[in-house]
Amino acid sequence: MFGGDPLLSGHVDLAVVLIVILKVVAVFAFLLVATMLMIWFERKVVSDFQNRVGPNTAGPFGILQTLADGIKFFFKEDLIPDRAERRVFILAPLLTVVPAFLLFTIVPFGGDFSNGHDGSVEIFGHTTYLQLADPAIGILFALAMSSIAVYGVMLAGWSSGSKYPLIGSVRASAQMVSYEAALGLSVCAVVLTTGTLSTHGIVMAQAGSGWGGFIPHWNLIAAGFVPFVVFLLASQAELNRPPFDLVEAEQELVGSYHTEYSSIRFALFFVAEFMNSVTMAAIIVTLFLGGPAGPALLGPGWLWGIIWFLLKMTAFLFLFVWVRSTVPRVRYDQLMDLGWKVLIPLSLGWLLLLATFWVARDQHWNGFITVAIGAVVGLTGYGLLKAAIATSKARRLEGVVD
Amino acid sequence: METAVFIVSALIVLAGGLGVVTSRNPVHAALSLIATLFGIAVLFLNLGAQLLAVVQVIVYTGAIVVLILFVMMLLGVDREEDLDTEPLVGQRLLAGLIGLLFLGAILAIIITGKDAIVTGSHSVTSAISPTVSNISQIGTALFTTYVFPLEVTAGLLTIAVVGAVVLSRRPRDLEPIPEPESMTDMGDEPLTAIPEEGAH
Repeated sequence: MFGGDPLLSGHVDLAVVLIVILKVVAVFAFLLVATMLMIWFERKVVSDFQNRVGPNTAGPFGILQTLADGIKFFFKEDLIPDRAERRVFILAPLLTVVPAFLLFTIVPFGGDFSNGHDGSVEIFGHTTYLQLADPAIGILFALAMSSIAVYGVMLAGWSSGSKYPLIGSVRASAQMVSYEAALGLSVCAVVLTTGTLSTHGIVMAQAGSGWGGFIPHWNLIAAGFVPFVVFLLASQAELNRPPFDLVEAEQELVGSYHTEYSSIRFALFFVAEFMNSVTMAAIIVTLFLGGPAGPALLGPGWLWGIIWFLLKMTAFLFLFVWVRSTVPRVRYDQLMDLGWKVLIPLSLGWLLLLATFWVARDQHWNGFITVAIGAVVGLTGYGLLKAAIATSKARRLEGVVD
Repeated sequence: METAVFIVSALIVLAGGLGVVTSRNPVHAALSLIATLFGIAVLFLNLGAQLLAVVQVIVYTGAIVVLILFVMMLLGVDREEDLDTEPLVGQRLLAGLIGLLFLGAILAIIITGKDAIVTGSHSVTSAISPTVSNISQIGTALFTTYVFPLEVTAGLLTIAVVGAVVLSRRPRDLEPIPEPESMTDMGDEPLTAIPEEGAH
């Protein structure tokens, strides 16, 4: 029922409950601090890219700027527009923040995976994993949370009773529903490779010394690079981050769904947005880069789990900011074309190819013939798709169809 | 513990269901529907059906209700409706009567077959095998016993998608529908004024 965590499989006494509460508090605090630092990091790095100074007054290197902003938000007047749908308007920011928090519960953020250990650590004499929950459905929970995260944005735009927020929220729901399919299909490829849905199991499958003793056994390589690239692109669209930030394209839509929000309610949207970036980086690391798995160079193994996790996550967060500050925003039709005509067919085709390889390995088929047939089928599919898109484009240019 | 979870989630399901039928605003009705579907997901979890619970959230709350809300916002039918006028005369009375009949039928079954139906024993809906996980059991069943229905459903969904695409891509240069004979042949003015050549 509670999944694979050895802490909950035995007798549950007071100490176990206290350890779970400790983990909840630790994850909550970690997420808040990480979000705070992420906001500072993003502002600082973007300002470096743009040859500005950025926040530099509050604390060393302006690191406390987010805290100062947060305190300021608390003391601002909380406005609710006259034409807003009151109850939904108040509910929407909460609907955005809660899934953002819940998403992180399944991420393994540490643990001793070095030298063949199974990632469990000892806390006060109890063996446990360094993750809040390890349900059997694991990564599906993340998909469920990211699919309900759209409600906050959608309802915020609608309940504001104003034009631009409504346009923004309609765009948001279309975009997030479109890219969820690609996101789910690339997760399928990972699940197929590792053979488990549990996030701890996915990390375990990637731990160990790897190919040739030094190339890590990451899904990035094991599932082929395609699912990783698809997941990375789709996650940026799902997060509404540049270059896919049409949902809050400031030049067109003012601030989109949070135009009418002020004070702490606006802060909640802002925090949720960056918290989702942090969590998405953590999930990418878990799925494709082995999460906290890595060699223990010196000292205790459990410490290195956390260090590897933080290092990998920070690398991805830097990548996010890098992309944001260098790639221009795509057009809306480009966004939809990328989602439906590139990412979904690509990840679907790759999933079939991977499944074929696994069956071939089980049944001891001739590897060369399998690869050849797979390539032929894949190329035929690509050709057909290309022809279909070309035909539809030609017909649209002729003016036969809309 | 299980009973407490059941009571709370059942209350949420019922409150959501009532909200769906009594809300004046369609968006509020859709929000109540979300609450109901979430409650059902929790009920699934309570029964140990984790996969069903997550699929319930991903498919129903995460996709279908999002689309319902999306269409409402796109078409602008998100305003409050006047529930005092009935589009179908007498439907409320009929609905109440049928509801009462249904309730009576269920009560009759329970009262007449007291010992056979209310056994007081616990539900027997549990996993077929406690050692194999839910997901592998469902997957195995889908791809062995039920592989034919699965493929037929896949075909059906593909047909639905193709149909939707065909319907949404209407040709642009269709002949305009001609005015009905009766409106032009009576010697009256045509309903839409046709501008004369060169005149502005």
